[in-house]
Amino acid sequence: MLHALILILICQLLGEMAARALGLPLPGPVLGMVLLLAALVALPRLGLLVRPVAQGILAHLSLLFVPAGVGVVGHVATLGGQTGAILLAVVVSTVLAITVGALTFAAVARLTGSQDD
Amino acid sequence: MTDFAEIWSYLSQGPLLWLTATLCAYALGDACFRLAGRSPLVNPVLVAVAALAVLLHVTATPYATYFEGAQFVHFLLGPATVALALPLYDSLPRLRRALWPALAALVAGSFTAALSALAIAKALGVDGPVLASLAPKSATAPVAIGIAERMGGSPTLTAVLVILTGITGAVVATPLLNALRLRDWRARGFAVGLTSHGIGTARALQVHPTAGAFAALGMALNALATALIAPLSLSLIQQGIP
Repeated sequence: MLHALILILICQLLGEMAARALGLPLPGPVLGMVLLLAALVALPRLGLLVRPVAQGILAHLSLLFVPAGVGVVGHVATLGGQTGAILLAVVVSTVLAITVGALTFAAVARLTGSQDD
Repeated sequence: MTDFAEIWSYLSQGPLLWLTATLCAYALGDACFRLAGRSPLVNPVLVAVAALAVLLHVTATPYATYFEGAQFVHFLLGPATVALALPLYDSLPRLRRALWPALAALVAGSFTAALSALAIAKALGVDGPVLASLAPKSATAPVAIGIAERMGGSPTLTAVLVILTGITGAVVATPLLNALRLRDWRARGFAVGLTSHGIGTARALQVHPTAGAFAALGMALNALATALIAPLSLSLIQQGIP
């Protein structure tokens, strides 16, 4: 568990350093994810090491958004008189984007004959 | 014997109380989710946030005090994002076969998210920095905040809109995709991760492992795409091109 945690944190650390040093528009953890993916491809045995810890963290991924969500509650008031318009824009655009994204994926998958197992 | 007020004033200063409260609130949300037959309308994050917001209000606790305890949970968002490499790695052969569907869905979905939000908000009289804060809301929070700042948006407002988008996506995704009769877990997961970033990905992981892996992919790709698509969409809408 210790080594898995070290590996994950080092990937994140390298990601943060690369994002800052190269001025990339991506956050460090996303680069860290790419790094860990590359490490797993290069050394598949690392998967055995990381798997229990990664699955442990990901099993409760939703929990990690709770603190930020609580912060949002206090700020909804700051939207002011435009609250209704903004909420409508958020909800409708989210429904549309999921619909368009999923239908496009399915349509192009059919066209290119890309099937799932 | 020390009275309750003294114990409270001691506990409310340290991180232990609010860290425990955060975990308990989430456990409560998760229990409600299970009791409701895993209905997507009872989102564990939403229940936990509501419970904690009421608790903070009743005890007159400032958010900064709460966050001293909750920051340990919040910090894990970074390592958790890195850990998403594992489901991605597990689905790598399937991701390679789904390259074109994923790229097409990325462009179509990312433009839809930004353009439709901006068009609706502008039609209802929203303008300026608020529009700039709205454009990148489907990207994961740190990316969206960086993009919004470059376009003259507000970081706090962007964070609020990102979380609201995430929770909306997590709540509507399952009923919406069922109504569309889409059974391809790759398409379902990818669209949810693309639109509602980490919160949507967390929801997709609960539903199906394939959906979870493709949601992680959608989130990562849209973090990249939004950096280009959000500024483009904003200038399109501001110049009055529908």
